Amino acid sequence: MSYQPIKFYQTGTFTVGNRLLAPEERSVQASAKRFNSINSGHRACQGCGEALGARYAIDAAMEATHGQLVCANATGCLEVFSTPYPETSWQVPWIHSLFGNTAAVATGIAAALKVKQKKAPHGQEIRVVAQGGDGGTTDIGFGCLSGMFERNDDVLYICYDNGGYMNTGIQRSSATPPAARTATTPAVGVEPGNVFGQGKFVPAIAMAHEIPYVATATVADLRDLEAKVRRAMEIRGARYLHILVPCPLGWGTASHDTIRMARLAKETGLFPVFSAEHGEQKSALAIRRQLPVEEYLKPQKRYAHLFAPTPRVEVLAQLQALADRNIKRYGLLDGGKQ
Amino acid sequence: MLKQIEGSRAVAEAVALCRPEVICAYPISPQTHIVEGLGEMVKSGELQGCEFINVESEFAAMSVAIGSSAAGARSYTATASQGLLFMAEAVFNAAGLGLPIVMTVANRAIGAPINIWNDHSDSLSMRDCGWLQLFAETNQEALDLHIQAFRLAEELSLPVMVCMDGFILTHAVERVDMPTQAQVDTYLPPYEPRQVLDPNEPVSIGAMVGPEAFMEVRYLAHAKQLQALERIPQLAAEFGQQFGRDSGGLIRTYRCDDAETVVIAMGSVLGTIKDTVDALRQPENGGLKIGVLGIVSFRPFPHEAIAAALKRCKRFVVLEKSLAVGSGGIVATDVRMAVTGMGLQGHTVIAGLGGRAITVKSLAALFEKACAGQLELTTFLDLDWKAVNKQLEREKAVRRSGPIAENLLRDAGVVAARNY
Repeated sequence: MSYQPIKFYQTGTFTVGNRLLAPEERSVQASAKRFNSINSGHRACQGCGEALGARYAIDAAMEATHGQLVCANATGCLEVFSTPYPETSWQVPWIHSLFGNTAAVATGIAAALKVKQKKAPHGQEIRVVAQGGDGGTTDIGFGCLSGMFERNDDVLYICYDNGGYMNTGIQRSSATPPAARTATTPAVGVEPGNVFGQGKFVPAIAMAHEIPYVATATVADLRDLEAKVRRAMEIRGARYLHILVPCPLGWGTASHDTIRMARLAKETGLFPVFSAEHGEQKSALAIRRQLPVEEYLKPQKRYAHLFAPTPRVEVLAQLQALADRNIKRYGLLDGGKQ
Repeated sequence: MLKQIEGSRAVAEAVALCRPEVICAYPISPQTHIVEGLGEMVKSGELQGCEFINVESEFAAMSVAIGSSAAGARSYTATASQGLLFMAEAVFNAAGLGLPIVMTVANRAIGAPINIWNDHSDSLSMRDCGWLQLFAETNQEALDLHIQAFRLAEELSLPVMVCMDGFILTHAVERVDMPTQAQVDTYLPPYEPRQVLDPNEPVSIGAMVGPEAFMEVRYLAHAKQLQALERIPQLAAEFGQQFGRDSGGLIRTYRCDDAETVVIAMGSVLGTIKDTVDALRQPENGGLKIGVLGIVSFRPFPHEAIAAALKRCKRFVVLEKSLAVGSGGIVATDVRMAVTGMGLQGHTVIAGLGGRAITVKSLAALFEKACAGQLELTTFLDLDWKAVNKQLEREKAVRRSGPIAENLLRDAGVVAARNY
């Protein structure tokens, strides 16, 4: 049986949970009093990054709003594994309408709550979070998302990005990284996997809308993620949080490696973790020890064709160039201070 | 209060009197004047306690209404034609979630070829989406039906479409009797949702349902529509008592008591049909025994009421502004089902597609033929057979015979012709 020895010299760092931290530094998630907004017993795969990300994010939003929260959810893994009739894992008021309309549904909820609040101003204000996967956000739900952004509706939209349509059996989305194998970008032919020069990075597009708050996070940095949710809930208007959530099934990784994969995505620079307000970058989560992209790619079966039978050096170089560009663009080596 | 105003303006004012809390607006002809009117009322402060949201598409319009209705707000939007099709997925979803949204459909044809004029193809394409569909004959009825629609929708927790003929009603300036706020407030109580997104009592709405319960969920949607069959006449009667005029209900008959032939239709064309029937009943015009049956409630479909109304007649003619391509009439199919076993001769007349004028002259000839027992099973009123046959021959002769719409326009001389 494997175990991880606790090194008590880490007292004062975040790695030992809440017990050895000052109360104000403790995380929502490590508290026994966390909301469990999405309860145990749901049907996510073992090691599901999205289930983890949703629990972190919604619990943090619940903490920030003192439990006065309503969630709208796009069709997708998160919806399917959390609410198979007659069960539900949600301890918050929650609605699922369609795949491509979640941002608009959230707009409607926020509008209704605004009217109700004006009519009965004594009550505690209720806030709105919309959430979906990358397919529901960057592809089919993009029109509604952009509309919600440009109207600056009072909604926090959270995208759980696992780089593909995992619920329907791992097909390519516009968030699938180049070279990755999916069921619709198979590892065959002269250029196996997803093509270079396609896809979109919605956080940058969100910034172009000049909405009050845009941030990215991963499930590997719990406190960063929680702080970003907290900051988002301090702000009014349209806010966007894009969380990288590894998918063991779709990525072909071990279920115990979900956090590690998320950390490697950040440490290689392939997934930039930063925040922006009104279109201007405000911070970056610094890479602590930069790693070559191979460290991140190699454990994933979706990139296996880059390493065997013959290493595709030129493709790896292209991917390294993408990471280097991110590092430069978002100032990832010095925490965005450039 | 009597007013001489455009149909769209009348509907906007009626909707405002219903105290909507969220209105989603996206422009599409011929509906646009309605949401423009409402937008002005919200912005000027005339309509208080209401959020007016300019959305980016009809799909978003219905989706915003889904969110606001689920959060307990009285929600309204309006659309037509392509807009209704673009929001189709959300239209079904709103019904499935049991959200009492009210939507005006300013009925308009569907392309291609693109056409902005009136027929009933749009809302009838959403026949089975689970919404109630009420058709207005006049602007007064359109106005009144909206007030009834909010009451009906919220009582049953089902969305309602109020269908009014695009341009013919929406853009016609007519006299309407606008009720007072107090009258509407008495008739329409505040919205009390059956389920609501509330942090104090969290519920999950929109769960996934598998084969173990899906049939039952669908049956319950059907059962609700059957409940509506009972409530629609009751609410119309109550409306009549309070507002002093007849509006709504399931069907309305006109001179049917001794009629051997009954013409069935929906919407504004009923006025022209009644005028024609009045004329044909004159002794000098043959004194034909002909009557009219107007369908107000297309969904739920009033099978029993129609069967009862047709009990004494010999034949019926369904005149509809819609076409089930490859089959025939949409309304006619339902009417035939309603009169199963009654031994009536039934006729389908497809008329007025894409705004083609339905004239008294054409109707009179049609009805005389029907009364004489000489009408075909299916008729396309005022179809230009010459143009149709010319195109058919062209297609037979040349593989690349060109786009149909442009060919017909060229034949008709509507666009600058270029000889091939």
